[in-house]
Amino acid sequence: MAKGDERTAAAIVAAARGPKKITTPELIHGLCSEFMELHGDRGNGDDQAVIGGIGIFNQQPVTLIATDKGTSAEERIAKNFGSPLPAGYRKARRLIMQAAKFHRPVITFVNTSGAYPGQAAEENGQGEAIARNLLELSTVPVPMITIIFGEGGSGGALALACGDEVWMLENSMYSVLSPEGFASILWKDSMRSAEAAELLQLTPQALLKQQVIEGIIPEPGSHKKVVRNIADVLKRELPRLQRMTTTELLEQRKQRYRKF
Amino acid sequence: MRLFDLKTLRSRHVKADKEAMDKVPEGLWQACPKCHQTVYHKELGKYKVCPQCGYGFRIGARERLSWLVDKNQFTEYDADLQTDDPLSFPGYRDKIAACQAKTNLNDSVLTGVAMIKKQRCALGIMDPQFIMGSLGRVTGEKITRLFERATREQLPVVLFTSSGGARMQEGIVSLMQMAKVSRAVKDHSDAGLFYLTVLCDPTTGGVTASYAMQGDIILAEPRSLVGFAGKRVIEQTMHQKVPADLQDAETVLKNGFIDAIVPRDKMRSAVAWLLKYNVMGGRSNG
Repeated sequence: MAKGDERTAAAIVAAARGPKKITTPELIHGLCSEFMELHGDRGNGDDQAVIGGIGIFNQQPVTLIATDKGTSAEERIAKNFGSPLPAGYRKARRLIMQAAKFHRPVITFVNTSGAYPGQAAEENGQGEAIARNLLELSTVPVPMITIIFGEGGSGGALALACGDEVWMLENSMYSVLSPEGFASILWKDSMRSAEAAELLQLTPQALLKQQVIEGIIPEPGSHKKVVRNIADVLKRELPRLQRMTTTELLEQRKQRYRKF
Repeated sequence: MRLFDLKTLRSRHVKADKEAMDKVPEGLWQACPKCHQTVYHKELGKYKVCPQCGYGFRIGARERLSWLVDKNQFTEYDADLQTDDPLSFPGYRDKIAACQAKTNLNDSVLTGVAMIKKQRCALGIMDPQFIMGSLGRVTGEKITRLFERATREQLPVVLFTSSGGARMQEGIVSLMQMAKVSRAVKDHSDAGLFYLTVLCDPTTGGVTASYAMQGDIILAEPRSLVGFAGKRVIEQTMHQKVPADLQDAETVLKNGFIDAIVPRDKMRSAVAWLLKYNVMGGRSNG
């Protein structure tokens, strides 16, 4: 885990996007003994970039929300390479509100380069969908923990990572925009992305120092071990949050963001 | 048959006299960025609106304030906060200083308490001339404090947005502002208070994806750009041109995300009317 200190930001970005990354189905089925996927935003459609449902984790029901980049070429295209549409954010919100109704804690898994920037996404209110998640999830009265396991791209990631705790795998990143976008906007040169990655302070270590995240989860080569490490964090943190009263939970969540 | 003899036209072409151009004071003639018509500056009037297409030119927060609120009825808040340059970003402090001098603001939003046609409200106006109205830590802090104060004092909030989105020079801290402000908006809303947003040119990115779209009622100025992703990014994603009006407020209204479009000369009346009829518990409605 201490290795993370020595690597360059660009190397961490490459590993976050790399082919060895654990997949969303591996995470869900590794953590849950049972899982039922629930589809649709009840309005406009069912975004395949966001998987939602109810799972049994550590003998209790939890609501899981996860972005999914897909594995095969067809899957990746159908899922817009893991970039959610407005319908994806609305599905997530619907399932999280449902979790609140039945007092289930919420776990979200984030690996997205950002909200999908397409024409239909604009027409269906991408901005509104994210805005409404930020608004309503800010006081949802159940614990919500996020694991960023690859890319955490800007508002599109924040809309699913605005709860009580955010943890990151060792090989993951979280930033206001991609290093390439940053370099191309500020220096009109996307080739300077390595330099941008360094400046952006998007590594788990840098984000922990800024108190943007609660902690870093070691990420060994074996995906089974990665799942076990995530499970250990959740087994420790969920009960701690569940023991708090709603007032305490929401006050702590407020202060988590108020300090910025 | 050709109507014009192009060759003759071309040979008659008179080159622009650069010296003559220099004698015309800058800003005397302005091109409307929307309809591309050239407009004599006096024709724009006090509201700076294109007489051809109705587009409202981008204006500073203090200029907007000058015609929006009742005379001498504005008390400014938090004018002393200063950004702390969290990424130690090269040249950022100089940029801030230059924008502060240009706009007479400490950051990209002006906040305070105001009377608009005798309706008291907490008021925020973003300034597109301050690093494109981007959302930095001070911007987010001023807006959060505005909502917190409005919640304590049971005031409605009116917020004019114009912003390119999150402020890249502040990195993740800028992103966190979206969540920070959202919670303050939620607490204000849960207290039964009214929040009105007015989307001005341009309202995009992280501001659209947070407080701009969280109003109880969302107005927009004519022809202002309202969207999430930048047009160039969308075209790169789609590998094709997108309609020129995709992110015009009129299109966004048609798509169901804006309540009404209000021109500047009607803005004071519209805002005051909505403030009057959206009071906590509907008291003034009975």
